[in-house]
Amino acid sequence: MILLDGNLFNRRVMLQLKGTSRVSGLAVAIAKPSPPQGFSPGLKCPNDGFGVYSKDYGPQFAHCNNTVWNPLGSGLSYEDFDFPIFLLEDANETQVIKQCYQDHNVPRDGSGPEYPLCAMQLFSHMHAVTSTVTCMRRSSLQSTFSINPEVVCDPLLDYNVWSTLQPINSSGKVDAEKEVIIVATRIDSHSFFWNIAPGAESAVSSFVTHLAAAEALHKASDVHLLQRNIMFTFFQGETFDYIGSSRMVYDMEKDKFPLRLDNIHSFVEMNQVALRNASVLWMHTDPVSRLNKSVEVQVRILLDILSNSSVGANVTLQEAGYSQPLPPSSFQRFLRARHIPGVVLTDHRTAFQNRYYQSMYDTPENIQMQYPEGLSPEETLEYVTDTAKSLAEVATVVARALYRLAGGANNTSAIQADPKTVSRMLYGFLIKMNNSWFQSIIKPDIKGILGDVPQHYVAVSSPVNTTYLVQYVLANLTGTVVNLTKEECLNPEKTPSSEKELYEYAWVQGSLEPNSTARVPYCVRSTVRLSKALSPAFELRQWGSTEYSTWTESRWKEIRARIFLVASKELEIITLVVGIAILIFSLLTTYFINAKADVLFSIPRDPGAVAY
Amino acid sequence: MTLAVFFGCTFIAFGPALGLFVFTIARDPLRIIILIAGAFFWLVSLLLSSLIWFIAVKASDPRDEPLQKGLLIFGVMFSVLLQEAFRFLYYKLLRKAIEGLVALSEDGCSPISIQQMAYVAGVGFGLMSGAFSMINLLADTLGPGTVGIHGDSQLYFLTSAFMTMVLIFLHTFWGILFFHGCEHRRWWEITAVVVMHLAVSGSTFCNPLYVGSLVPSYLLMATAAAWAYLLSGGSAQNLWRFLLCLRSGPSPQPGS
Repeated sequence: MILLDGNLFNRRVMLQLKGTSRVSGLAVAIAKPSPPQGFSPGLKCPNDGFGVYSKDYGPQFAHCNNTVWNPLGSGLSYEDFDFPIFLLEDANETQVIKQCYQDHNVPRDGSGPEYPLCAMQLFSHMHAVTSTVTCMRRSSLQSTFSINPEVVCDPLLDYNVWSTLQPINSSGKVDAEKEVIIVATRIDSHSFFWNIAPGAESAVSSFVTHLAAAEALHKASDVHLLQRNIMFTFFQGETFDYIGSSRMVYDMEKDKFPLRLDNIHSFVEMNQVALRNASVLWMHTDPVSRLNKSVEVQVRILLDILSNSSVGANVTLQEAGYSQPLPPSSFQRFLRARHIPGVVLTDHRTAFQNRYYQSMYDTPENIQMQYPEGLSPEETLEYVTDTAKSLAEVATVVARALYRLAGGANNTSAIQADPKTVSRMLYGFLIKMNNSWFQSIIKPDIKGILGDVPQHYVAVSSPVNTTYLVQYVLANLTGTVVNLTKEECLNPEKTPSSEKELYEYAWVQGSLEPNSTARVPYCVRSTVRLSKALSPAFELRQWGSTEYSTWTESRWKEIRARIFLVASKELEIITLVVGIAILIFSLLTTYFINAKADVLFSIPRDPGAVAY
Repeated sequence: MTLAVFFGCTFIAFGPALGLFVFTIARDPLRIIILIAGAFFWLVSLLLSSLIWFIAVKASDPRDEPLQKGLLIFGVMFSVLLQEAFRFLYYKLLRKAIEGLVALSEDGCSPISIQQMAYVAGVGFGLMSGAFSMINLLADTLGPGTVGIHGDSQLYFLTSAFMTMVLIFLHTFWGILFFHGCEHRRWWEITAVVVMHLAVSGSTFCNPLYVGSLVPSYLLMATAAAWAYLLSGGSAQNLWRFLLCLRSGPSPQPGS
């Protein structure tokens, strides 16, 4: 059993431990502060093989031949370890283990340590083995034939959140002439350890900017007059080979989504925008599709509109150029299906600026969110950090560009993202989910989701906290408050003017009345909807698919750990031998005493009693 | 600590009691009934005393260490007195039972004497007391670890097993002494039993200084054994003859 310091948790050490048979478990103590040289257990080439570049399409860009996006990636998360690995975040727990070691396990005077020795047990038995193909086959056999099925693994599953600027009929189909601009970000992240995925730079920065841009756009006065619609999409599961975006493309192709691929006019994506170097924001495009003249024209217009929108803001937009492929992004899945003009905005040109991509160290400190000391939680919620201001500028630029792209003709100076909102969102999604603003915008029956430390792993039970919160924040920022009662709000089909097809109604808790514990709930009308994000491979039952993501998570029963002392074998055997000896001796003695009772005990004097 | 320690401690704690049960009690159904009833009486006395202690603990401040220790001592002493009170009650019950047995018998004699009842009642008390002391520990011995990570002694399981064994013996002998004292109206015998019980229970507060609790308990057990032997009709002479017989390799004549 090894207690490993966080700074030694790297590929070289881990592969050495994997190679020996003497290691039965590992506890990693998180390194505080984060390792300065960076740490990323993700791949050097994230989501390789599931993007658009392959040997048939841009082979010079496939498998990161041209640009290594995550040079610090060690690929640890994708190695198979056959012993449990636990993370100790609490320094007190680490101290207890170290103390136990110091007291009992340290070798003294050159010889080995003596019994009793300090031991540790880590329980994390996983029911699934080998691969997704094996475990899904076993689970489906169980589900089909067994009365009490023992499912061993579940596919990673959640919901994408999407909303349109102008309402569309969600159960019908949009006409082919109506053009839509898709804005996309991912909302999930990952780390080596289960359910720990702060994802500050890799996910939160981008979707918070996206939410701020959506809010800014909705404030424009002539939104309903715009020529093109805008769809704000938040993809879940992108870390695991594009689960959400591949499913949306699949649904669009199979006509299960209100929009079709023909409707898409252009695509704007934001990926990791918080660590801008000298306020530069890079625009990445796909060089292969731009070889087509019509696509090139559209992309050029897109890039020019973006550049023009940055005038006056503290954001410098620069093009990454023809020599660069697209970074790993949801746009790549759309490109696989159709050559859509699109751009991906990031803060890095070649390698990621994020040195802790998909790791447990991708925390608010990584995006330089700093709060002054001594603030109460409410004050911290309202405090506007520099990071928030920087992200708000990016959101303003994106919102103005989208307005122009959608055909808006007016002056865009009124379209401004609010740094206060950005700051509150950053606080809620990264530091404390259970704050007064989040409490006021969610439905009363899900207020239990606000308890935990914020993290953004996609998980298998859906929707996760992040999806719910993004849905409700988007509804709050882009929806309108309508004057309906609770019954009308929960049953909109009964109200004639509700236009249930176009809108979603939500009855939210509302904020606390001053000096009381009662809340003032109200009804919010918005166009925010959820769409299922399950990889098409599971719909098609192609569990070995190389076309779609096939990630699954194993089931388990208990996860716990304990430390205790272990006694020497000699002491145990001595106890057993002494016990057996006492047993045999007492049986013999009792037998003989009983047999000779008449010798031992004289007949007592009173005549009524019977002798032994 | 694993199966070895589990079986070892079980045999140490309950081996002698098992011997007593198999060879002297198991054959006679009446004795078994008295054994079980005796165990039940001890159980009821423990229930009542634990109720008092529980109420006292809940009503007091849990953070006050000396108070909690004081309450524990009070609880133990109160439990000892209650156990002895229930032993007296059981004596009264068995006296009544003898009258019933005499009435039911064919030859006007009870099939079992009060001395035999005293012995069996003592074993019953002892077995139940031992079970309550030891079963939790035995369950814990099945795990992979041993006591000691917070600095306690490693020998905890062993000493608890030995303590349980001595307590079972002590209850057996106290039963004989107590009933004899009640039968012949010798109050000083009853007082002696109560004082011995208080002493043994009090000595356990010396733990983890195990020599302070085990040694006095074994000494008291030897004293009580000798006294009970004398009261049951034994004598030094008989003992000498028994040992001589044994040494010359007898063929054991069938006893009772």
